[in-house]
Parts: sequence; structure tokens; C-alpha cells
Amino acid sequence: MNLEARKVITTPLVANNPITLQILGICSALAVTSSLKTALLMAAALTTVTAFSNASISAIRHHIPGSIRIIVQMTIIASLVIVVDQLMKAYAFSTAKQLSVFVGLIITNCIVMGRAEAYAMQNPVGMSFLDGLGNGLGYSLILIVVAVIRELSGSGSLLGFGILPLVNDGGWYVPNGLMLLPPSAFFIIGMLIWLIRIRYPEQQELHDFKIHEKHGLGNR
Amino acid sequence: MNFVKKFLALPNDSKTKTIGVALTLCLVCSVAVSAAAVVLKPIQEQNKLLDKKKNILQIGGLLKEGQSVEDAFKQVEPKVVDLATGEYVTDVNPDTFDARAAAADPKQNVVLSREQDIASIKRRAQYATVYLVKNPQGQVQKIILPVHGYGLWSTLYGFIALQADANTVVGLGFYEHAETPGLGGEVDNPQWKAKWQGKAVFADNGKVALSVVKGAAPEGDPKAIHQVDALSGATLTSRGVDNLVHFWMGENGFGPYLQKIRTSLPGGSS
Repeated sequence: MNLEARKVITTPLVANNPITLQILGICSALAVTSSLKTALLMAAALTTVTAFSNASISAIRHHIPGSIRIIVQMTIIASLVIVVDQLMKAYAFSTAKQLSVFVGLIITNCIVMGRAEAYAMQNPVGMSFLDGLGNGLGYSLILIVVAVIRELSGSGSLLGFGILPLVNDGGWYVPNGLMLLPPSAFFIIGMLIWLIRIRYPEQQELHDFKIHEKHGLGNR
Repeated sequence: MNFVKKFLALPNDSKTKTIGVALTLCLVCSVAVSAAAVVLKPIQEQNKLLDKKKNILQIGGLLKEGQSVEDAFKQVEPKVVDLATGEYVTDVNPDTFDARAAAADPKQNVVLSREQDIASIKRRAQYATVYLVKNPQGQVQKIILPVHGYGLWSTLYGFIALQADANTVVGLGFYEHAETPGLGGEVDNPQWKAKWQGKAVFADNGKVALSVVKGAAPEGDPKAIHQVDALSGATLTSRGVDNLVHFWMGENGFGPYLQKIRTSLPGGSS
């Protein structure tokens, strides 16, 4: 794999992560991360859709009329999402039932649309596919980290298997119910952004304004 | 092929190309989507059936950990009942009988009048599949009945499980609905479903008394046995559940069938 291709896949993982730097796809990141199983399935679904939508949009990019550009992208993304939804209903029925509306909402996930418009419209098919894959994996990585923290502290288990013995079953761990509620994902994602910006200081935004020392009132 | 080449060479923003691209794209996408739907349908149907069986077992409190659904379902005997007479029907195969398809077929359905139709389902099938849970000696332990009715956004499909006395509720649950998650969707909340356990469907006079009410009577009150607390923030879904219980337990639903079971019980009343 050449350097360019490797860069396209690896930079969205941490340095240019769609969730923590571009702050896209937050809604589903809050909703599906209360258990690792749903997060994994959602991550797989979104990665598939982003990669294939990027590839197919890139394949016809020279023939997309500018006036219906967004509609063409939406149609392709929506069709892919329906196909993925059908596949999940066939092969992962009970988890797909828990994901309910969020699979359909991949259509409105800004990451898919954003990569199509920002990358796939200008770049060749192979690279666009890798870019979609990379961004999907970046999203997946954050989802998995958040889900592991939430499921472990909220229900003392991972993938449904008990890890920390719960007080209810005679153990010592009191589950933290807050971690199962959507706001806890905000806290975790916020802290991840903090950590990543310590590692990559160039991501820290400049202050919009500066507070100056007051002059001219001294020497009293 | 010449035609295709000419079309692709058109400037992207010309009207012909815009319409052409839109049409082709729609065709390709719809073929892909419908192919996926058609090819995967048999597997999805199988999943739905398994899910339904699992729900029957869960609502009847029959699913033990580590037991497969198919295995646990062996103690359940499906039977088809004629709703009007309450008699078992022997010439219909309970494994293949589809009450939903039958309800849509004018030859097999009963159109409900406005006064009868409290669950807003317009028509129901003549027959219904009931699931009898028997102990190894062959005695009926639990009766699981399919129910459905309109909530706020959707028709709720579920089961109600009764003890062998055809009066005491073992459980109620829905396997298919599209109510608002977090509000009406709380019909799936295990804590709310647990409130149904031990409630009595019929009053002493034989009328359906089980209701979903706002602010159910506290434990110990004589009314408490017939009342389940409504879901907060979901008045219309709660009302829908109340209506469908009244309908399916009443004379146009399983009323005649349950009546028959109760009178056949030793010391059965009315």
C-alpha cells in the first residue's frame, strides 16, 4: 500500500477523527453506545455505507450535474442504507431490533454526506473507498471506546458477559445508572476530545477574543 | 452504444443530462433495493417467526437460560380457535394459520361494527391461534393469546398469558409496534410489564374489568386486582392497550373461549 493510501486510512482514526475533530455524527454516537454490541453493529453498518457510498459517488463523479448533486448523493446513500438495514434484519435480527431507527438515520449522518461531498466528488474510486473506510473506522473507534466505558461502568458487563460482579447478584460493584443514559456519552466524548487535543496541540482552537489587562488606572 | 456515448458527452448541466442521470440513478438504486428485499425476505421471515416464538415463551415466563427457543417451544401446543363459538377448529393447521392474512381476506374475516371495534382494528379473522402450555401430565398450565390493537402511531401486536383459570394474568407484552421510543415505547419496559402479573381479567359478574388507568389503586385496595397504572407521558398508547385488552378479552374477542374454559373448571362459576 503506498504512502498516500495509508495516510487516507489512518489520519481519520485519531488525528482527523470525524467525531472528535469534525464533531459530526454525534447523535448516533450518543444513542447506540449504551451497549458494546449495538455500537459494534452500528459501526459496521456506518463503515460499510460510507465506504461504498464514497466509491459509487466517485465512480460517477464526472457525470453528476451540479444542480442535483446533493440529491444524487442522498439517493445513493439512502439505497445503501436500506440494503444494509435489510441485511441486518436477515443476519442480526435481535440487535438490529435494538438499533431500530438509528440504522435508517445513517442516511442523515453527516459523516457519510460530508465525505461524499468533500472527498468522493474530487478523487478517484479506490482512494474514495479508502477514505470512506478510514472515516468509518474513525467513527467506529470512538463508538467502541465510548461503548466499552459505558457498558462496563453502567451494567458491569461487556458484550452482555458479566465482568464486574454486581451488588444485586452478591458482588461488590454498584452500577452507575447515569452511564446508561445518553448524556454520559457527551461527557466521555468531551474527555476524549480533551485528550486528543493534548496529544495534537495544533487542534486547539484560537480564542475568539483576548481579555486584556486594564491600562491607565494604575499609579493611584 | 453510440447513444450512451453521446449522452455522456453532453454538458453536465444540460436539461437532458440532468433528467437522464436522475432517471438512470433511480432505476439502478430501486433495482438494488428491491433485489435485496426480495432475496433476503425468506431469512427475515424466519427470524420474525423465531422472534415471535421467543416472545410467546418470554411472556408466558417459559424461557429458561441456556435453553434454545425451539427446545422450549416444545411444551407449547398451538391450537386454532373459532372466536365466535370458542370451540377448537381441527381442520386448520395452527402452524401455518396466519391470523393477519386471514383478517385481510374477506372470506375469512369478520368486519366489526363501530360499537364493537374498541381496539380500532376494523376487522378480525374468524379464527385465532392460541398457545397452550401443558405440563408433562398433559394438563393445561397457561393459556397464551394473541392480541392487537391501535395505539398512538401504530398497531401493537402482542400476547397476553393467562393462568389455567383463564382469569389470572401471567404476563402481557408486545413484539411489534412503532410507538414513540421513551414514551409509548415504554410498553416494552420490563418494570411496567411486571405490573400485569397476578391481575385478574374478569370481575365477579363475568365482565372484563382489567383496565389501564391513571393512578392505579394501591396494593390492598379491592380494585387493585383489576387495575394497571398507565404509562406516564403516553396517554394514548396506554388507552390503546386498555382498549385492546377489553376487546380481546370481551365477547368479540376471546370472551366465548375463555368463558368455556372457566365453566369447565372444577368449581367453575358462571
